[in-house]
Amino acid sequence: MGGMYSLISAILFVVLDAVDVAFTEAAVGAGISTVLFLSAFSITGKHHELKRKSHLPALLIVLTTGAALIYSTLDMPAFSDPQAPIHQHVAPHYIEESYAEIGVPNLVTSVLASYRSFDTLGEVTVVFTALIAVLLLLGAIRENEE
Amino acid sequence: MMSLITDLYAYWISVLLMMVGLYIVIDHNNLFKKLIGLNIFQTSVFILFISMGKVDQGTAPILKEGFETFSNPLPHVLILTAIVVSIATTAVGLALVVSINKYYKTINESEIQAIEREEA
Amino acid sequence: MKKNPILRETSHLLIPAILLFALYVQFHGDYGPGGGFQAGVIFASAIILYALLHGVKRAEQVVSLNLAKTCAACGLLLYAGVGVFGILWGGNYLDFNVLAHDPIHGQHWGILLIELGVGLTVASVVLAIFYAFTKFKK
Repeated sequence: MGGMYSLISAILFVVLDAVDVAFTEAAVGAGISTVLFLSAFSITGKHHELKRKSHLPALLIVLTTGAALIYSTLDMPAFSDPQAPIHQHVAPHYIEESYAEIGVPNLVTSVLASYRSFDTLGEVTVVFTALIAVLLLLGAIRENEE
Repeated sequence: MMSLITDLYAYWISVLLMMVGLYIVIDHNNLFKKLIGLNIFQTSVFILFISMGKVDQGTAPILKEGFETFSNPLPHVLILTAIVVSIATTAVGLALVVSINKYYKTINESEIQAIEREEA
Repeated sequence: MKKNPILRETSHLLIPAILLFALYVQFHGDYGPGGGFQAGVIFASAIILYALLHGVKRAEQVVSLNLAKTCAACGLLLYAGVGVFGILWGGNYLDFNVLAHDPIHGQHWGILLIELGVGLTVASVVLAIFYAFTKFKK
């Protein structure tokens, strides 16, 4: 079911013109997440879940938070409005100057790898740190002691 | 009123998904279900950002002859990073649940809290 | 799942195609959707498919856990190294304009090397996490 949810959101991304994001979400959600969840389930085995006595506090919290968030969206610009503030400051510079300064047709790659490459460096570091954390937690660093 | 709905329906859908994810995280006892709820929450935030970046009658942000308006590439870049970070956090979360299971022999949060209270 | 002949024959056809597609996505990230992250994930999922069908031991003979860990570190080192290269050649950290005789060529080289580093790290991290999960002793 999780894979289906990821695939549907990937289709949604394509409809919203975000092809790079759709690609990544489809590859990650429908593939890797499913495999990892299944292997974790098979390691832990079957457990009987205890239900909470009352669902009311959680429901109240969720409804209040949802109402507050919907109230805050009333101030937002209309969906797909070209005059929204988000499209006014840095984005036109990226769209217009990118080919002259970098010469790469894919705007997302040029922003990711050249204009904002520090963020990508941070992201690769996060992925590497996650690897170290998982290896330490699951005890996969044992070759020298055996 | 109708114009309000047609203007903002994208944001309301993502708020709805966000609340579903939040409910799953708060209400369930099973640690795996909490992780799945967290995943749903993350995906709803991605949908919110990408829908904010869409421009009417724009196309995908890849330069090509014959297309004039492009969708804003900046949210796409942020969400690409966020998706990769979400795999990393899901993997670490699953590793944590697996090692919690090895130590406490259970994955129900209330049982784990009971064990902790007895040990204290 | 190991003894099912249909899955084995289909995978023998599919896995090379998936690996080739991963390389295509990696190097054509400039001209279409794609780039380092997507390519890394697709590459890792090809090897995971092989491991699911033929057993983790056989997959480890192809790409072992040590190799995956080394490649992850090398990818990150490549990325940071391109930045230091920028300093050595007289620009700022991660400045691509100074890497070649011409800013546009410098940008192309810089983006190519960075995406290679990213793809390498992401592929080896996903694969190593999968190995760690399958080798866990209860």
